[in-house]
Amino acid sequence: MAVTEAPADLIVTGLTWQSRLAALLRRYLPAILILPSGLILWELGVRLFNIQGFLLPAPSEIAQTFGESWVGLLDRGWYTFQEAWWGYLIGCGLGILIGLLVSRFATISAALMPIAIAVNAVPIIALSPLVRVWFGLGQPSKIVIVAILCFFPCLISTVRGLSVAAPAAVELMRSYATPELEVFVKLRLPSALPFIFNGLKVCTSLSMIGAVVGEFYGGLLNKSLGTFIANEASQVRFRSSWSGIIVACAFGIAFYLLVGLCERLLIPWHVSVRSQAD
Amino acid sequence: MTDTAPIVSIQNVSKLFGSASAAGQTHALSRVSLDVAPGEFVSLLGPSGCGKSTLLRLVADLIEPSDGQILIRNKSPRQARLDREYGIVFQSPVLYDWRDVLHNVELPLEVMRFPPAERDRRAREMLQLVGLKDFERHYPWQLSGGMQQRVSIARALSFKPAILLMDEPFGALDEMTRERMNAELLNIWSQTDTTVIFVTHSIAEAVFLSSRVVVMTPRPGRIEKIVTIDLPQPRNLETREQPHYFELITAVREGLREV
Repeated sequence: MAVTEAPADLIVTGLTWQSRLAALLRRYLPAILILPSGLILWELGVRLFNIQGFLLPAPSEIAQTFGESWVGLLDRGWYTFQEAWWGYLIGCGLGILIGLLVSRFATISAALMPIAIAVNAVPIIALSPLVRVWFGLGQPSKIVIVAILCFFPCLISTVRGLSVAAPAAVELMRSYATPELEVFVKLRLPSALPFIFNGLKVCTSLSMIGAVVGEFYGGLLNKSLGTFIANEASQVRFRSSWSGIIVACAFGIAFYLLVGLCERLLIPWHVSVRSQAD
Repeated sequence: MTDTAPIVSIQNVSKLFGSASAAGQTHALSRVSLDVAPGEFVSLLGPSGCGKSTLLRLVADLIEPSDGQILIRNKSPRQARLDREYGIVFQSPVLYDWRDVLHNVELPLEVMRFPPAERDRRAREMLQLVGLKDFERHYPWQLSGGMQQRVSIARALSFKPAILLMDEPFGALDEMTRERMNAELLNIWSQTDTTVIFVTHSIAEAVFLSSRVVVMTPRPGRIEKIVTIDLPQPRNLETREQPHYFELITAVREGLREV
């Protein structure tokens, strides 16, 4: 690169892959070390204090049970994840869409936002027994729960995001006599994306919670993960319950990472993303 | 200077902020009149609250006067804005983080529907002018404050507006960078035939840059004195060491003291 007068505070781009790997290791090594240490402490604690298996099984025991049953659990996990996924798509999609409308039309905003904020404070999961009555034991009732759960965080972060464009940035557009739609596309929407992605990431975990907990209140016993976890626990088979929880965690984390990856690809310029890249 | 028609004509302009009740109102500007000739470099200088930024924002049609009239090329500020008669530079560079340097400079050209090849050519030309041609593909956060402000100047000039409005553009920079930017701005000004209206609270900066310094005083904001700066062009580091430069600084400073 033919940089002639690079200032001292110019960030050096074009790192080699070795230095990138080293930087990644430095960043994540503590976390990588903490996880096994925690598991070892857990194992030792259970053995030393002779904790009964129905209270807290040792990780090694859970691992053994998990090893025997993971194929079937993955099927259940996939079934439950589908509920989370469709509910997420519907809830987040509607949340973002309504958020765009709310930001565009002040009257809709005045009518809707106070209600939205109030409803957001309601523990929506408490509706699940009723939603089960309305939509049955199958997947639709959980999709509805997840959609409601995801709707409000996405709505609120979209509305918030669309209001953050700096006043001077808006004035700059005004100085060019920019049409309103173009101000939206070139300024307001890009400024809002980091906020929208925040909402989308929060909703990944919300959607798995909604789907699993929704199943606690009634789901198909032979198919879903939530009924499995609840049922095994009620039958005092805690190791198997824990195995189910591991699968739920795995799907939740994978979902979060997937959305995080989309974020990095779509808004590589944002401060939250770029600080990890260098 | 008086034989040419003014490009910007400010006539008896007042600006009140706040509610209609007399107690809540701030008299930001009181009956201000000023003519700016084409090609001039005019600085609006004064302490905070003297209405210098308000005056600039009135010319830019970002706010509207309470009383009086402003004409830009014999048009209302609104019409002048719609006709893209001016480019503006704020105190902060206001670059869009999701655009690299080249595309930040191209922003006004996109809005104004220049064809892509023309956008590219003009943006590169402007980046060359501000000395950033090797930084086209960098993102704003990868640049120092001075470089960011240079991008912002390139952006304001990219569509070749007749007038450049600058609202304390170097106020956030350190003294050394500011002096270098001043010299570069004069260089750019001499290469284009742009009329500049420049808001600052630095006496040295105003005297070094301007053909006229408009000294303003607060409460209510009005023009106290106009000092013609007859330092020869081109100005450079030596200009700042000439006795006449110091005389002019003293003249301006006395203008500020006569409050």
